[in-house]
Amino acid sequence: MSDQKEQVVLFEERIPIYPRSVKGRFRKMKWAILILAYTVYFVLPWVRWNREVGSGQAVMFDIHDRIFYLFDLIINPQDIFLLAVVLMIAAFLMFFVTAIAGRVFCGYFCFQTLWTDVYIRIERLVQGERPARIRLAKSPWNIKKINKIILTHFLWLLVSFLTGLTFTLYWADAYELINQFFRGQAPFPAYATTLFLTIATYVMAGLAREQVCTYMCPYARFQSIMFDKDSLIVAYDEKRGEGEAGRAKLAKKLKTRQDREEKNIGDCIDCGFCVQVCPTGIDIRDGLQMSCVSCALCIDACDAVMDKLKWPRGLIRYASENELEEKKTNLFKLRNIAYAIVLLLAISGLVWSVMTKSLLSMSVMQVRNPLYVVLSDGHLQNSYDIKLNNKSQFPMTIDLQIQGLDNARLDLGKIKKLKIDALSSLNLYVRIKSVARKDVSGQIPFKFVVKTVAGNQIVEESKDALFTMHDVVSQ
Amino acid sequence: MSEVKQDKTKQGSVQTTGHAWDGDIQEFNNPLPRWWLWGFYATTLFAVLYWVFYPAWPVGDSYTKGVFNNITYKVGGKEVTTHWNTRALLMKDLQEGEEAVKQRKYMSGLMAASYEKIVSDPKMMQFTRSVGKILFEDNCAACHGMGGAGVAGLFPNLVDDDWLWGGSLKTIQATIESGRRGYMPGFKKTFNDAQMNDVVEYVMSLSGKQVDEDMAKRGGVLFNGQGGGCYYCHTSKGTGMASVGSANLTDSIWTVAKVSSQKTPETKRKVIRDVISSGISREMPMWKARLSEAEIKVLTVYVHELGGGK
Repeated sequence: MSDQKEQVVLFEERIPIYPRSVKGRFRKMKWAILILAYTVYFVLPWVRWNREVGSGQAVMFDIHDRIFYLFDLIINPQDIFLLAVVLMIAAFLMFFVTAIAGRVFCGYFCFQTLWTDVYIRIERLVQGERPARIRLAKSPWNIKKINKIILTHFLWLLVSFLTGLTFTLYWADAYELINQFFRGQAPFPAYATTLFLTIATYVMAGLAREQVCTYMCPYARFQSIMFDKDSLIVAYDEKRGEGEAGRAKLAKKLKTRQDREEKNIGDCIDCGFCVQVCPTGIDIRDGLQMSCVSCALCIDACDAVMDKLKWPRGLIRYASENELEEKKTNLFKLRNIAYAIVLLLAISGLVWSVMTKSLLSMSVMQVRNPLYVVLSDGHLQNSYDIKLNNKSQFPMTIDLQIQGLDNARLDLGKIKKLKIDALSSLNLYVRIKSVARKDVSGQIPFKFVVKTVAGNQIVEESKDALFTMHDVVSQ
Repeated sequence: MSEVKQDKTKQGSVQTTGHAWDGDIQEFNNPLPRWWLWGFYATTLFAVLYWVFYPAWPVGDSYTKGVFNNITYKVGGKEVTTHWNTRALLMKDLQEGEEAVKQRKYMSGLMAASYEKIVSDPKMMQFTRSVGKILFEDNCAACHGMGGAGVAGLFPNLVDDDWLWGGSLKTIQATIESGRRGYMPGFKKTFNDAQMNDVVEYVMSLSGKQVDEDMAKRGGVLFNGQGGGCYYCHTSKGTGMASVGSANLTDSIWTVAKVSSQKTPETKRKVIRDVISSGISREMPMWKARLSEAEIKVLTVYVHELGGGK
């Protein structure tokens, strides 16, 4: 029978992680990236931009009116394929970078990493360095502990709220919305979005932290399949660190590299600094692991220790598995080159389509029921549904004409003036009357062209439209 | 990390749930992460709250309706309050939703405008085209077809420019409002075979077809004289009269006889002869009682525009 005293646990308790702070080149770089990212994120909604229709928000995703503003670029729903290209670029950029340099995104740019960094910084600010935090967690509850915990969580929630609110400001006019927001007059989705993101940020960056990367994040999982032995990873040089007799602390007669070499002991002095600074609580010396987000903080930690001992750096460093096995690292392999080519193609495709974006788009659909009809004077008539979309910021007065159809006339009915408002579309039902020709039967291709009323310049041409000619009047 | 934790259990083995079946079968305890458990509690709480606020549990032949969650909407002008349900939500949305308000605004603009203004304004035409299409397909398409092309001989084609009862906006509106009854008597007993052929030849000649001159001349006498009396309705020139809905026989469109679809001169003559001998009786119902004033106005413009009205 089983041991009755053994307590049955219904859940796996998270082992709390208290990362120690570290100084070094990668830490500096990470702070720089973090400050840049935070500045862009928190300041961007407040930047105004002058446009032809007047001043507005520089970056705004106006879901309600279905227009995205990105500085001088205005994106309509019809341009949504641009989003597909942007996503494609993002995907291939990640494939490319991951294949070469490993989980760079996770370590430096992922918002989970960026926000967790700030939350750990706040924790340290209030509760002190790692040993102090561990002591505080173990100490019995008293006023001082409660105060510290409350302050930490309050600051976390404050950052969460600012994060959530700022996100919301991207979807409407920031100045107007913030005014409405604190007077209780903002639309419900604004409050819901802010609340949701406040809670999500607080829970993810404050409480869940590395568990997001380990359990929830799909990127973490599928990035690892893009690795190969040539990808850079944060690696512990086992050969140098362990020697043949393993690692050992700086005990007596083990203080210099010479002494250690004689006893076949490696350079790792087992100080544990690399483990203490790890935000996901792993030991990099166990080798490449799924939980490692490649934040490179253990490199900084180990370098600092090596510097102090005046031993060479690089016991933990960016290296490929091949490099560790003292083989050659080959980055110019077919896969990486293919990623790069696709990436370049997608970027040039995006640039090209943004540069050549027409301000007026037209789509023509022939009415197919019926395809053609005989008129009383024996002419043939086809009808078309035309959609004109003015994507510019000023109203357009245009002239619609047909090209490439002889002896035919465009009939707009009683409509004299075609004016399309700024950023809006117009659906037109038009008819074309043509002399019935006996020499052709079937579809005759032609084009609708839009000209400016003033300059008589062609603004836009339709794709080939078809006129159905049918031999019906012969007797 | 969980692996590390497991190793800390007693005897260095994997923790079990504490039961043993058949003496030695034990179940490993592989606990879920705590955050997952909290997620489970949260969804459970959500379910309980849902039961309180939304219709949920069957009770006898009824069900719990949910509290603090009523919807007020209008039925026939009266306000009705009901518990939360998707049908009421839909009704409310159709009455008060953003799009409904927009549509009402357009519709009242349309009602205030004259026909002349509507047909010359591209935006109003866009609105009538999209609303009219739905109305037409719901009410008119059963006879006139989805695209309005009709059925030759039975239901008039509305896409061409030939109008039996007049193609102005006013007459189209009158047609939709009050309906039409089209009638032509059969001439089976009036004409003998030879006379019938003569009249057919004359009718063919009206629209410039190649015919036997002598027969057509004899037919013309019957058409324009007391013998047939066709000119009463079709006029002596054969152009028809909109007031009685008689067909114009001089243009390229055959509104009743299916001439265009016939391949040979013989069959073309046969279909004309059939119409003259049997006559026609057609009816379009009136829509005044079934459609609102606004709907008739929209349909009038829509139909007028189909083939390019007069």
